[in-house]
Amino acid sequence: MPARSGPGVSWAVLGAVSAGGALGALARYGALLAWPAPAGGFPWALFGVNVLGSGLIGALMVLVAENGRDRWAPPLARPFLGVGVLGGFTSFSTYAMDVSGLLAGGEPVKATAYALGTVGGALGGVWAAAAVTRRALGRRGGGVAGGRAA
Amino acid sequence: MNWVLVVLGGAVGAPLRYLTDRAVQARHASGFPWGTCAVNAAGSLLLGVVTGAVASDAASSYAHLLVGTGLCGALTTYSTFSYETLRLAESGQRLLAALNVTVSVLAALGAVTLGSALGGAVGG
Repeated sequence: MPARSGPGVSWAVLGAVSAGGALGALARYGALLAWPAPAGGFPWALFGVNVLGSGLIGALMVLVAENGRDRWAPPLARPFLGVGVLGGFTSFSTYAMDVSGLLAGGEPVKATAYALGTVGGALGGVWAAAAVTRRALGRRGGGVAGGRAA
Repeated sequence: MNWVLVVLGGAVGAPLRYLTDRAVQARHASGFPWGTCAVNAAGSLLLGVVTGAVASDAASSYAHLLVGTGLCGALTTYSTFSYETLRLAESGQRLLAALNVTVSVLAALGAVTLGSALGGAVGG
């Protein structure tokens, strides 16, 4: 990522992050409209969004950041797709608000299941997607030579 | 036109997360993803304030779409949180990985609760 080298931030990277964030937020909004959670119901749409987004970033980061692949990956792929689209698609604040809403609505069991289920699904998703992508690329083991996602 | 507000908020929230994360990580060069944890807590606080303000009629539902769904939604991230936790675990720092999950979830929950109270107080 070009902007990593110095304190300055590249406008191209910022633009890519912004455009990706707009697209990701729009996709999340669309999912929440398509599958609205009834009051006191399990927020399936955001659960799916956060698990899917976590899986996709696991695959993306293996593809663009591990084992030196950052040298030939398109330079804006990671800021656009990783930081922008997937970062804007998934949401930690709405997740926390959902948990808080279920607790306030007298649904402690559902709140706990949703809170822990999202953590489990997202971590399982990122782990499985990274593992499958590494295997598909013919490399084994935890290639942690990459950088941070954002 | 609701989706335009979400798009505008997302276009601002994502670069704000990127810049905040860079600034925080530059000051804390540890293996712990303080930057993501900080934006997730800050975005949760702001979402709480907006939701509380809308609930008490101090803000419109348009403000919630722009600032809540768009900006706070994109300012915070679950995907990067998941990936950074995986990296901590894969590099043998399982305790830090578990700590990241615990601190991130509890901080965000505390932040939305505090924010909702603040936002509700604005509306009286």
